[in-house]
Amino acid sequence: MALAFRLQKSPMPGFGLGMGITLAMLSLIVILPVGALLARGISYGPEAVWATINTPRVWAALYLSFRLAFLAALVNLVFGTLLAWVLARYDFPGRRLVDALVDLPFALPTAVAGIALTALYAPNGVFGSIVRDLGGKVAYTQWGILIALIFVGLPFVTRTVQPVIAEIEQEVEEASATLGAGRFHTLRRVILPMLLPAALTGFALSLARAVGEYGSVIFIAGNLPMKTEIAPLLIVIKLEEFDYDGAAAIGIAMLLISFAMLLAINLIQIWSRRRIGHV
Amino acid sequence: MFDSTLHAAASEKPAKWRPVAEESRPVRVLLIALALGGLAVLVVAPLAVVFAEALARGAGQALASLTRPEATSAIRLTLIVAAISVPVNAVFGIAAAWTITKFDFRGKAFLITLIDLPFSISPVVAGLALVLLFGTNSLIGGWLVASGFPIIFALPGIVLASIFVTFPFVARELIPVMIEQGRAEEEAALTLGASGWRTFLTVTLPNIKWALLYGVLLCNARAMGEFGAVAVVSGKIRGQTATMPITIEMLYNEYLSVAAFSLAAVLAALGLLTLALKTVLEWRHADQLAATRRH
Repeated sequence: MALAFRLQKSPMPGFGLGMGITLAMLSLIVILPVGALLARGISYGPEAVWATINTPRVWAALYLSFRLAFLAALVNLVFGTLLAWVLARYDFPGRRLVDALVDLPFALPTAVAGIALTALYAPNGVFGSIVRDLGGKVAYTQWGILIALIFVGLPFVTRTVQPVIAEIEQEVEEASATLGAGRFHTLRRVILPMLLPAALTGFALSLARAVGEYGSVIFIAGNLPMKTEIAPLLIVIKLEEFDYDGAAAIGIAMLLISFAMLLAINLIQIWSRRRIGHV
Repeated sequence: MFDSTLHAAASEKPAKWRPVAEESRPVRVLLIALALGGLAVLVVAPLAVVFAEALARGAGQALASLTRPEATSAIRLTLIVAAISVPVNAVFGIAAAWTITKFDFRGKAFLITLIDLPFSISPVVAGLALVLLFGTNSLIGGWLVASGFPIIFALPGIVLASIFVTFPFVARELIPVMIEQGRAEEEAALTLGASGWRTFLTVTLPNIKWALLYGVLLCNARAMGEFGAVAVVSGKIRGQTATMPITIEMLYNEYLSVAAFSLAAVLAALGLLTLALKTVLEWRHADQLAATRRH
């Protein structure tokens, strides 16, 4: 590793100290623990890891976690972009307050969000009772999980897209209009492609957050095996049974699927950046 | 500008003229209503319900529940965890940002990827990884427990978990700001004979102080509120390793709604305070943070 990070000549002092602290912390906090996780999987054996994952209950949990995380990130992509547009372009009373409120999901601890959302959407809650009267149910179903995941990922897309909107030169839109494009056409063919790379970054962050989310989900989920049991909860259950191998197997599966998804999004991003040439 | 006269000439009803690079008024009103309505339902309602549930049986009962030993020990533990993990993270963030922005070396992109890694790892998986490395049945963990310094199910584990989930926060705030500021000022100080430390303290630090504070704020909010990773490594021992979020879960599962929501309200208030400070920073010192608001 020391070879990989070899320095080119510089008059600045402190490379050794800075790099030393950085690598020591990285090793202690990130590399060694993740290494221990992978090592556990290797010592358990690939076949055994696969046998643990390849059970209906684990598949159901993984499928649920990734499917709902994807849906939540998709909702956030649309609503987050809308929010960014409204905040960057329109002036209305209380805009700055609203702008600050967007970050609330980052500032509110997940356990607090979890019990608050459950209180709201439980059958006797403010929103839950309305839905119950309409014959539906949100808390303790997959809908509840989806709402919690939308909540925790809400700020990502807005915060990545908003600065890009602020930087768009309005001349571009005027040129488009002068050339005969309607407003909708301009938005779809001129603005959206400019926002796409940033929106995808926000989407990826929102997705990564939602896939691993635990605190806000377990209260509202109901946690029924095969139905509303998310993958991180399955890890916690295995740990409580002292099944460290089983927990490691599911943890590795989650890591690999997450990385594969983020890699795919990165590739789409590179493609969309190339297509428009800047931003 | 002349385009308005142009427009007036082209169109028979100049009163209908509006800027071409804007949506019509009804569309604007609709979009604003959608944004505000969505935000009210998704974000404001959960926040309001925390305080409403805490005060459901009066402020007296809410306050009384906060003075129970369970609650006070949780508050103390959470403050201790934040007091350790946030400064550690700040030092790491400064060291990483200094190394990455002031020097050119091979593998820099890879190093940044490694620093960002905790963002794409589930907190529960992070906790699991720490348990596997430091737990009693691991090589290091067994030795540490035998020598009287247990990490898992104890304070060090909670601190490590909190540092893991907040790992990239400070570095990510500092790196874009320090890239934008360049190296010229530090190079000038060094040429004039200042020592490395003096250059850092009198040139670099004043330049990055607002960005640093911004990162520390975000880091602190997350460290105090972390649930998943701490739930795994803490063992949830009442009065010993139960942080505020963990205690909220315990109380909630015991149907002690007022007590759970009162503690939650304290955390929510801290969150609001963080948000307020962060907003003030963004208004006052946008120029020294601007780069961080980009992706």
